[in-house]
Amino acid sequence: MKALSQRRRHPLAAVVLLLMALLATGGIYAAASTANEAQAQTTAFTADDVDEGSKLFAANCASCHGMGATGSDAAPSLVGVGAASVDFQVGTGRMPMQMDGPQAQVKPVQFDDEEIRQMAAYVASLGAGPAIPSDEILDPAEGDTSAGGELFRVNCAMCHNAAAAGGALTRGKYAPSLEGTSEKHIYEAMVTGPQNMPVFSDANITPEDKQDIIAFLKTIEEQGSPGGADLGSLGPVSEGLFIWVAGLGVIIAFTVWLTSRSS
Amino acid sequence: MADSSHGTPGTTVAVGSTGRQLDEFDNPGLPPHRPRLADRDPRAEKRAERQVALLFAISVVGTLLFFVGYFFIPLDQTIERLRLQNLMLGLGTAFAMLGIGVGIVHWAKTLMPDHEVTEDRHDIRPESDRQDAEKIVNDILDESGIKRRPLIRNTLLGAALLAPLPAIAIFRDLGPLPGNALKETMWDAGVRLTRDPSGTPIRAADVTIGSAFHVIPEGLNEAEHKLEEKAKAVVLLMRLDPNELNPSPGREDWAYDGIVAYSKICTHVGCPVALYEQQTHHLLCPCHQSTFDVEHEARVIFGPAARPLPQLPIEVDDEGYLVASSDFQEPVGPSFWERG
Repeated sequence: MKALSQRRRHPLAAVVLLLMALLATGGIYAAASTANEAQAQTTAFTADDVDEGSKLFAANCASCHGMGATGSDAAPSLVGVGAASVDFQVGTGRMPMQMDGPQAQVKPVQFDDEEIRQMAAYVASLGAGPAIPSDEILDPAEGDTSAGGELFRVNCAMCHNAAAAGGALTRGKYAPSLEGTSEKHIYEAMVTGPQNMPVFSDANITPEDKQDIIAFLKTIEEQGSPGGADLGSLGPVSEGLFIWVAGLGVIIAFTVWLTSRSS
Repeated sequence: MADSSHGTPGTTVAVGSTGRQLDEFDNPGLPPHRPRLADRDPRAEKRAERQVALLFAISVVGTLLFFVGYFFIPLDQTIERLRLQNLMLGLGTAFAMLGIGVGIVHWAKTLMPDHEVTEDRHDIRPESDRQDAEKIVNDILDESGIKRRPLIRNTLLGAALLAPLPAIAIFRDLGPLPGNALKETMWDAGVRLTRDPSGTPIRAADVTIGSAFHVIPEGLNEAEHKLEEKAKAVVLLMRLDPNELNPSPGREDWAYDGIVAYSKICTHVGCPVALYEQQTHHLLCPCHQSTFDVEHEARVIFGPAARPLPQLPIEVDDEGYLVASSDFQEPVGPSFWERG
């Protein structure tokens, strides 16, 4: 310490001090910014997450998916399905599955966000698969609505209906309505292909295209129908039912009025 | 006029097992004429007059509402304006039409003269009428001499048979006949499979298991009759586990490593079959629920379609992109007369 204090008036002391200060602020800033990044990048899982997720998995999922998540007669293997698949299936309440049936039903979510993250970490650790998308790519404000509409009509509308109101498939299966589905879950459904939905990988529909589709869906969800009551946007079924019941009812009422005598 | 329709049944009714017949009913005649409120009370008449005028005024307001909506609601990019305009156009038209219609009916029912009229049935045609008609026809046949002059009869028959033929010949000008257009599509050996709608080519490696790609032939977006070509050439591309495919002899090399391409045009009436279930490998047509099994060359397992979906033979070119090895081997889409 004595040597140091003796040199404190050395001509280079100021330079050394300045360098040290710069290094310190830069280092702290770098540490702080990586900490922020780790918060936003939900795919950066720690070993603790995997550990906790493994316990949650063993307690809640392993009875069907098997202890190593390698699958059984009742449920598929989860090796390589990725964190996005867990986040979608558990985050929308489809898993744990309520009952056996044509497809998993949506129900109240059974786990909190932290637990879902931990289970996703565990399943992601089993094999490479689609990751949970980052917030930037999910922002509908950044997407091109009309391009998204075209992509939606080509790739999605045949099952999910041109107004995203959902539709029937074979033998009790169905494509659900997309109204109220969060941006993240729409994206994850596209990359993972839950239930009988085909996979729309990034090689097929790029992340930017997916953002366009999300922008389109959020736009029609906010705007509503340009004609007022959309009767569920189900097309000729609900519209036909309405006109046959209400329209014919009005015609019958008019006929009765036309043929009745004035008092 | 339900009240004035009590006619005489004019029939006898058998009662019981004795076969005794009741006498005919007496004709009850028409119910007495009952004047309407507006006929008796001048105030009611005045009120009805005002009601009719009010209904016509509603029609006028409806028409004005229509034009206010049409001209004075500037459409910006928001949907609220459009919704408001649609509402005003619809309500305006409805009021304009209903006001006139309801007003006229109300006018007729309350104010116009209220005579009751009966109209008796016609008598059934007597035999003499039939004989008169028969006589007229026979007279025509006799006087024209068509029975005695077979030359005239036969030439007339020939002329009458031939005369409609020019009309049929004119139908040719609705053509030309489609030729081979129903049997050929844009697909050919070496044509790349590209994404709909962007037209970017697809690498075999891009098609992961469980994927479904909606595919158009390369160059479709620049084609002269784009929609006509697209209506025939659209294809759905899927990748399955190669072990799940069951190709028939001669079609083993139509798929590439589990990647198969099938026409998207239903063989029933031509709806796009694109509802692909990636777990069951079923393709469902949304129009009439025809279901095709991709594992077994898209054979029909449910619904009204009569034939499997045509498969597009595919392979991979030097650069790793998926290409067609030929056109479809059979016409796509629903049956037609000359399909054979």
